[in-house]
Amino acid sequence: MEWMYLVPALPFLGALILILFSGKIGKPGVIAVGCGSIGLAALVTIVAGWQFMQSGVPAFSQHLWEWLRVGDFSIGVNLRLDALSLSFAFVITFVGWLIHIYSTGYMSDDPDFARFFACMNLFVGSMLMLVLADNLLLMYLGWEGVGLCSYLLIGFWYKAPENGAAARKAFIVTRVGDTAMAIALFLLVQHTGSLQLSVVLERAQSLWAAGDPTVVWIAFLLLGGAVGKSAQLPLQTWLPDAMAGPTPVSALIHAATMVTAGVYLIARTNVIFSLAPAAQTAVAITGAVTLLLAGFSAWVQTDIKRVLAYSTISQIGYMFLALGVGAWSAAIFHFITHAFFKALLFLGAGAVIHALHHEQDMFKMGGLRKSLPGVFLVFLIGSLSLAAIPFISSGWYSKDQIIWLAGTAAGGRPVYAFAAVLGAFITAAYTTRMMLLVFFGKEQTHVHHKPGPEMMVPLYVLAVCSTLAGFLELPHTLGHFTWLSDFLQPVLPEVVTQHASVAAEWGLQTITAGLAALAIYITWRLLNAPFPKEAGAFLKSGWGFDAAYDVLFVQPFVRIARLNRKDIIDNVYTGLAAITRGLHRMMSATQSGIIRWYVLGVVMGAVLILSVIIWRHSM
Amino acid sequence: MILLAFILFPLAGAFLAWASAAVNATLPRWIALLVMLAGLVLAVGIWVQPEPASLAGADWRYVYHQPWMPRFGVSLSLAIDGLSLLMIVLTFFLGAMAVLVSWNEIRDRTGFYYFNLLFVLGGIAGVFLVMDLFLFYFFWEVMLIPMYFLIGIWGHGRRLYASLKFFLFTQAGGLLMLLSILGLYFVHGASTGNYTFSYAELLQTPMEQGIGRWLMLGFMAAFLVKLPAFPFHTWLPDAHTEAPTAGSVILAGLLLKTGAYGILRFVLPLFPEACHAFAQVFMLLGAIGILYGGQLAYAQTDFKRLVAYTSVSHMGFVLVGAFAFNELAYQGVVMQMITHGISTGALFMIAGVLYERLHTRELEKMGGLWAALPGLGAITMVFVMASLGLPGLGNFIAEFLILAGSWQASPWITVLAATGLVVATVYSLRIMQKVFFGISLREFRLKDMTVREAVMLLPLVIAIIWLGLFPQRVIDTASKAAPVVAFQYKDN
Repeated sequence: MEWMYLVPALPFLGALILILFSGKIGKPGVIAVGCGSIGLAALVTIVAGWQFMQSGVPAFSQHLWEWLRVGDFSIGVNLRLDALSLSFAFVITFVGWLIHIYSTGYMSDDPDFARFFACMNLFVGSMLMLVLADNLLLMYLGWEGVGLCSYLLIGFWYKAPENGAAARKAFIVTRVGDTAMAIALFLLVQHTGSLQLSVVLERAQSLWAAGDPTVVWIAFLLLGGAVGKSAQLPLQTWLPDAMAGPTPVSALIHAATMVTAGVYLIARTNVIFSLAPAAQTAVAITGAVTLLLAGFSAWVQTDIKRVLAYSTISQIGYMFLALGVGAWSAAIFHFITHAFFKALLFLGAGAVIHALHHEQDMFKMGGLRKSLPGVFLVFLIGSLSLAAIPFISSGWYSKDQIIWLAGTAAGGRPVYAFAAVLGAFITAAYTTRMMLLVFFGKEQTHVHHKPGPEMMVPLYVLAVCSTLAGFLELPHTLGHFTWLSDFLQPVLPEVVTQHASVAAEWGLQTITAGLAALAIYITWRLLNAPFPKEAGAFLKSGWGFDAAYDVLFVQPFVRIARLNRKDIIDNVYTGLAAITRGLHRMMSATQSGIIRWYVLGVVMGAVLILSVIIWRHSM
Repeated sequence: MILLAFILFPLAGAFLAWASAAVNATLPRWIALLVMLAGLVLAVGIWVQPEPASLAGADWRYVYHQPWMPRFGVSLSLAIDGLSLLMIVLTFFLGAMAVLVSWNEIRDRTGFYYFNLLFVLGGIAGVFLVMDLFLFYFFWEVMLIPMYFLIGIWGHGRRLYASLKFFLFTQAGGLLMLLSILGLYFVHGASTGNYTFSYAELLQTPMEQGIGRWLMLGFMAAFLVKLPAFPFHTWLPDAHTEAPTAGSVILAGLLLKTGAYGILRFVLPLFPEACHAFAQVFMLLGAIGILYGGQLAYAQTDFKRLVAYTSVSHMGFVLVGAFAFNELAYQGVVMQMITHGISTGALFMIAGVLYERLHTRELEKMGGLWAALPGLGAITMVFVMASLGLPGLGNFIAEFLILAGSWQASPWITVLAATGLVVATVYSLRIMQKVFFGISLREFRLKDMTVREAVMLLPLVIAIIWLGLFPQRVIDTASKAAPVVAFQYKDN
């Protein structure tokens, strides 16, 4: 465990080497450094994790150096390994490593190969910093660091202006959330005098009673940060556009890891959310609404990556719903399975896009079942998980747990369970639609070249993980195996259920499975049925959020900028100068050299002064 | 004596450089560089020495005191504490960079150019060191006139307009400060019978509320213009844009800091009551400056003008932090003075490097330069990120400390100031997009950084990352300074 610092340090070191020496080490060198650093980090994580589990301590922390200390306020660059950070660190390094290997094939023709791997390494390092940080300021460093890498990688192909626009949008929209989070940190500094997680959470419990306005404010502001990074309502608009980046980026950053940072933050600060019931309810409602809105939008997309993007927003909505009802470990369970199957789906989509020469429109695909059988197989496995097909897919185990707990956990309500079930129905529908359009039907675009082993092997590994990860937890109906929740127990409180009967759970599972089957059937029958055009366009644009924000924020800002380019304040000073100059002209005009004007002036002045004196005396 | 060297080196070097131009036109730049490096070595030497044991009051590391005009209570009194030491290090560091950026840019009247450059730097060093208000005003003016020449002679297009505007604004503020200094002199003399300009003694002036407030406003007039704070900022975009690169670097990196330094050194300790009374007003001005400057930065199409308005925005943080009256915010302000000097100085240097290649500052005429200039692009990315306050870089430490401190003084103004972080993201990313990304308008055949350019930019990159990851060294140094003593006194 003493080597824990290497977990974030190795990717940072890799990035540094790639930035400084990319020209000198050649392409094999770039691959060795880029993939090697992440592979080693994954190895260290596994060893450290093994030691951690053997040791039986609830948390291990490592002090690296003192970052800043002002008076009594002190922040260290300290890392913390516990069940929660270990779960995240494992997924980040392991999935990240597979995606790096895949990228060596996907990006092999790109002239900026080294820059790509430098940014990817930097990203993994920042993300690890985020989850391993022992205090909120260091977490904020990772938090903003992943924002930066997201910006760099979305705009990776910088020559197209629309990629740049998407990159800036991602950075700016998430920065809105980050600013809310920063204000939460100011409040915590003011009231607890610290930002160290253990201290903050401990003092929060003694400082505030449940529902205290201060802690509610803090929780809402943290939620603001979380919805920004995790692309939840109302800051979800950046994620679909983020698909402008290379597909491995979408897999790593915009599906498997970075966008779950908000989930991590809320789970990490669960004590604060427990003290703020209003905010926790808001988390649940955000999740429920987001999962439905994004699900409907995914249903009408034509670009395969945008389907997956909206489905990511929707799946993270499930995680938020779980957090909101107090089913903390269920959210983490869904994070793990989602990381595997969504990375699988994105990389599978990438293989398709790569094979079809950067074609992303699903209506120009079709029939790829025969020409890309390997990709079809793994994509099918991923889709089963996404659609939560019972028993054989990991997605079912995790999503079913959320659906069940949405109704029965301490903060659960029937309406949440209803939203979750409806969401599962839509998910099955859009997943089926995607499968049918891409892999069935008539072939429309010819396959240029098939993906090589460096792309296929990571896909197979992810396919295996997408299936096996589900067995970390089994529902009551299937033997009630709770390894993951037990493991997370020291960090995340146990889920409290209201009224749990196994029969009811059976019933709910049957209904959900039935609805999924129905969704598949309907989609299959109505694949090419006409859809109301306006409604379709509205859903496709993501419920008009972009247009609304454009009118409300972007346009006014740009218009004021355009109007006030010359700085209106300056007119005060140039006006002052103009008045002075005008007075000067007037005065110099009186100096005409004509004696009778001067005499007249003296006489008028004398009369005026005398009149005033007389008038004042007579008062 | 060592303190006198910080002022005399540049001033003597200035005359030497001027004279040496008669021998060889390239000699002045070598003299200037050597003088700056010597000063830097000396300043860093003081910094790395073990710190003296903390004294009861502000602990001055070195004091130099020589009576000059005892009849009027004027003395040649210099002293250095943590705050001045950091500013002196910054002065000579950026001064050396300013010489390097001028290396090839200035070919005309090099002797007189380096004379002015060194004279400005000597004046700045004086401002950071003197502990006598008469001399403070003297050095305040010494900074002004050579800068006027630098802009007016070696500047770009509208240089005469810009230099005159700079002069008038600063002079108007300076005269109000002179009135206040004289007012303070007489108030102190009348009540104690001891007529003196000595900073240490004036600190003990018994002050009536009304008079104290007016005197404070007189000082603030000079410092708000220099900072610059909204709405006294309009001289800055013109001066920055038209100045030669070194002039912009010194303006942004150092001259603006004298305003911040003045607030910390003089206004807060001399007029604590008046400052508390006006704190909300000044903090609000700062927050408005952050947003207004950011908005205007976004609107600009001239690279240097854009960076100039980002200065207005960033110096707004200084004003917010200075009037928050706590140590967190104070440390943030000192950090902001240093990091803004480095990051904005670097952005102006980058503008200069681009100008030498493209002969334009228009953003609309750039674009897609990454392919041709990846090295410069990567360095620009670092400073663009610094400007938007990315953690890991020094500016984040500064802004976080300022806002965390000002939150405790005024949450609503802090919220306003914090939205500046979003605005900063908007204008900062626009720089990258307009210059390095997007479609290139023409085939650029450009040379990436030369060795000289790398030598002047890389130390700044290292400095800004070092300040972001290991800021404690600076914080420790800055904590041994007069304002901190004042805050601690207030807390008790």
